[in-house]
Amino acid sequence: MNVNTLLQLLQSSIAFGTIIMFGAVGEIITEKSGNLNLGIPGVMYMGAIASLIGVFFYEKNVENPIPIVCVIIAILCAFLAAALGGLLFSFLTITLRANQNVTGLTLTIFGSGVANFFGGMLNGFAGGVGQIRVETTSKAFMAKLPFLSDLGIVGKAIFSYGWLVYVAIAIAILAQWYMNKTRSGLNLRAVGENPATADAAGINVTVYRYLATCIGTGIAGLGGLYYVMDYTKGTWANDGTMENLGWLAVALVIFAIWRPKNAIWGAYLFGLLFWVYLYIPGLSRKTLELFNMLPYVVTIIVLIFTSLRKKRENQPPNGLGLAYFREDR
Amino acid sequence: MANVIATKKEPLLRIAKRDSMPFWQSLVIRIISIVLALVVCGVVIYLLIKVNPLEVYKSMVEGAFGSFKEDYKFFNRRTWITIRDTMMLLCIAVGLAPAFKMRFWNIGAEGQILMGGVATAACMIYLKNLPPVLLFVCMFLASVLAGAIWSFLPALFKAKWNTNETLFTLMMNYVAIQLTSFFVALWENPIGSNTVGIINPTGHEGWFPPVFGLDYMMNVIVVMTITVGMFIYLKYSKQGYEIAVVGDSENTARYAGINVKKVIIRTMLISGAICGLSGFVAVSGASHTISTSTAGGRGFTAIIVAWLAKFNTFTMILISLLLVFLDKGAIEIASKYDLNDYVSSMITGIILFFILGSEFFINYRMIFRRSHKEVQ
Repeated sequence: MNVNTLLQLLQSSIAFGTIIMFGAVGEIITEKSGNLNLGIPGVMYMGAIASLIGVFFYEKNVENPIPIVCVIIAILCAFLAAALGGLLFSFLTITLRANQNVTGLTLTIFGSGVANFFGGMLNGFAGGVGQIRVETTSKAFMAKLPFLSDLGIVGKAIFSYGWLVYVAIAIAILAQWYMNKTRSGLNLRAVGENPATADAAGINVTVYRYLATCIGTGIAGLGGLYYVMDYTKGTWANDGTMENLGWLAVALVIFAIWRPKNAIWGAYLFGLLFWVYLYIPGLSRKTLELFNMLPYVVTIIVLIFTSLRKKRENQPPNGLGLAYFREDR
Repeated sequence: MANVIATKKEPLLRIAKRDSMPFWQSLVIRIISIVLALVVCGVVIYLLIKVNPLEVYKSMVEGAFGSFKEDYKFFNRRTWITIRDTMMLLCIAVGLAPAFKMRFWNIGAEGQILMGGVATAACMIYLKNLPPVLLFVCMFLASVLAGAIWSFLPALFKAKWNTNETLFTLMMNYVAIQLTSFFVALWENPIGSNTVGIINPTGHEGWFPPVFGLDYMMNVIVVMTITVGMFIYLKYSKQGYEIAVVGDSENTARYAGINVKKVIIRTMLISGAICGLSGFVAVSGASHTISTSTAGGRGFTAIIVAWLAKFNTFTMILISLLLVFLDKGAIEIASKYDLNDYVSSMITGIILFFILGSEFFINYRMIFRRSHKEVQ
């Protein structure tokens, strides 16, 4: 294994990790408010397809699409579509007090249905699978830093990615700072740990839960955006990859023990575990399938260890998955 | 002081828990929600393909139960496939019922089904020379055992160390999917196809035999037996009562002298075993092959079925039928109006959202502000 293959492995791990990092950071914010949203794969799907549709029609109807407008349209569509999914989830679980697990799973079914349905239609519209062209946008998202990415191996390893990779890291750091260093972040965690106490302290539980869920799903939607625009270079295939990615994002939340900063390196580690089989010589297809089990097995082990050690700061939020009703005791 | 009180208004809308509701009333609410959902779906479909929604619903019925021609037979092939898939979904939901009643979130049915299916397929491949009865006993035991093992791990850790079961069982699904891919690669037939193909296509060893000349009658018999059995188990047995108590309040259960850990592990073993058994039904009674799509998301759909039915196994029959009907119907309109199959997930999603939302109006009542008369 020489330096170049190592570099390739690193690059594919980071690209892969970025998708699930968006999903995981979004889900951490949501879960910290006490909402366990199993609809993450669904909202990532919705974000992906909304951005693709928005940009597709913009590029189709405008003579010379302006890259910056493409980027703005894509980001807005992805964020809003995903946040809309989050709003639906919030309305059902917070206002109507439906069960969170069931609602989340339904959101996943719905989101993947919507995305693949319109994705299929868009493919038909564009003239077949792989015929969707959103070159300007895809190029704008894959734009690399001009000088730094030429700086030899170090430059390639650190600076050779589309800029959403750095946005993901920034969002994770920002989320970490927000939750641990701001008053409102403290309130958010209080809502997730014990909504009744938070309510008694004068925190508006409903508002916090709504906002955390909608913003969280919006961020997860950006993962879908990165997937279609950069990772698959502006195409759509109904192959269910994104659903698996979404569940990996949920796994990553546990792996990161609900801390956004851990999600950064955790995501890259998951990416490494996912791609490393390409670089191990002599793997048959059978062992390859067993290899792909690794991220999930590692997550299970982390889950077991955090519950064994019982360190209070490493536990899931105490109110996770429970609806809050003031008159309940 | 009086001023302060006077300005403090009662909120426009207050929400309170209902004690109980007559059965017919809750039924009416559910039916209204489904009708509303169908209207919304109708509007969506109309916007997409500009076809009269009633026409579309007619095609959906035809998709699930065959077309209404002159020589219409009630139990035609399509109806039987709808019945087969309903039984499959029902079997999983019945398996999940005891776990959910205990408030143990078994999201891992998908994996438990797959492991049951893999075990069944292994018996069909390696033991096909056994006498049929013995072969079926082996398949049954293997699938039950595989499903039970897959649910035992999360249950053990939940009982001993309170490990979050929702996340644990969810992860177990993906371990199972990869393991299934491994076995598919191992049993690949023909080589290079990346599928196992139909197992024992000539001798039909390990296939459910036709009963009364009907291919899927055996599925119905097996699943209905489990359904009735589970109903009795949950409602009339001591263990069923223990499950209910643990589900309501673990502390109460502990004070009452119930061994909570034992109940958790035992119930999850039963739940996993039945999910494994549905893998057996899926492989031996329906597809006669194994792939990662043997479970096909049914493990997740069944969660919704079990939850909406409030753990009543007979209500589950109706809900499973509704969901399978929607699925078959949507696939029919997809092919008829040149859409793709995913329209079915979309419609299912919309209808489930409505049913989930309607639960609120069954469990809670809204109290509007009344105009207070001034008392002087």
